[in-house]
Amino acid sequence: MAADIKPRIRVPQTAKKDEIIEIKTLISHPMESGQRKDSQGKIIPRKIINKMTVAFNGKPVFEAKLEPSISANPYLSFFLKCSASGNLDFTWTDDDGSVYKATQAITVA
Amino acid sequence: MTASSQSLNRRGLSRRQAVAALGLGSVVVTLVPLSAEATPESAKKMLGDLVKAAPKAGKVQIKTQEIAENGNTVPVTISVESPMTDKDYVKEIHVVSDKNPQPGVASFMLTPANGKAEVQFRMRMAETQNVIAVAVMSDGSAWTAAREVKVTIGGCGG
Repeated sequence: MAADIKPRIRVPQTAKKDEIIEIKTLISHPMESGQRKDSQGKIIPRKIINKMTVAFNGKPVFEAKLEPSISANPYLSFFLKCSASGNLDFTWTDDDGSVYKATQAITVA
Repeated sequence: MTASSQSLNRRGLSRRQAVAALGLGSVVVTLVPLSAEATPESAKKMLGDLVKAAPKAGKVQIKTQEIAENGNTVPVTISVESPMTDKDYVKEIHVVSDKNPQPGVASFMLTPANGKAEVQFRMRMAETQNVIAVAVMSDGSAWTAAREVKVTIGGCGG
C-alpha cells in the first residue's frame, strides 16, 4: 500500500531575495474517510494523511492538520518568502503512523 | 428487508414503527446518500473549541466554486489580509463545513516566513453547505468568513 503513496512538490528552484513564491504539494493517497462501506456493508476503516509539516532550513514554516473532509490525493498550496537559500523539507503523517518525506533546495540570488 | 426489520425490532420498535422508519429511511437515503451528521451548531462548537476569541466578520476571503458539480473534490482558496511581518501575522486558519459527516476540514498554522496568508486545498462536500473559515492573528484577534457552495453530486458516499 505504502508503495503507491507518492509525494509530489512543485517549488521554484531559484528565487530573488524576499520574493514570495508559491509552493504546491500533492501526495497520492486514498484519504479513506471512514464513512464508506465495502460491498459487504462493513465500514472501511479511516486512513488519511492527518498532518503535513514544512520546515525551511530546519525551522517550521507551515503546518496543516487535515480531516477526512479533505479530498483524495490531498493537494495543498501556500506561500513562502525567501530570505535566504536553503532546503525546504516536507513531511506527511499517515493515520497508520507512516511518514512520507520530500525535500527541495531553493537558491536565492 | 427482513433482516433489517428484525434488527429494528430488537431495538424495541414495533413492527409498524419499523416499517415506517424503513420507509422514511429509504426516502432519506435516496435524497442524501450518506447521513450528514455535522450541523451548523456542531460546526460552530468546533470553531469555539479551536478559537478562544470571538471572531469578527472580515479580513478573510474564501474563493471557491459557487456550484460544485463534483462534491468529491472542490477547490477552495482561503486568503487573509495581513502584512505577515514578525509583529503582525496570521497564526492559524481553521476551516469547517456545516453539513459534512464531520464538521472539521483542515487547520493551517502559518508563520511570518509565509509572506502571504493564502492557502489552497481541495475538499469533499456531501451536499450544499457553508464553508466557514476563521483566522487567528498574532495579536489573538479572530476574523471569519463563510461561503455557501451548492453541490450537484455529493462526494462522501461510496
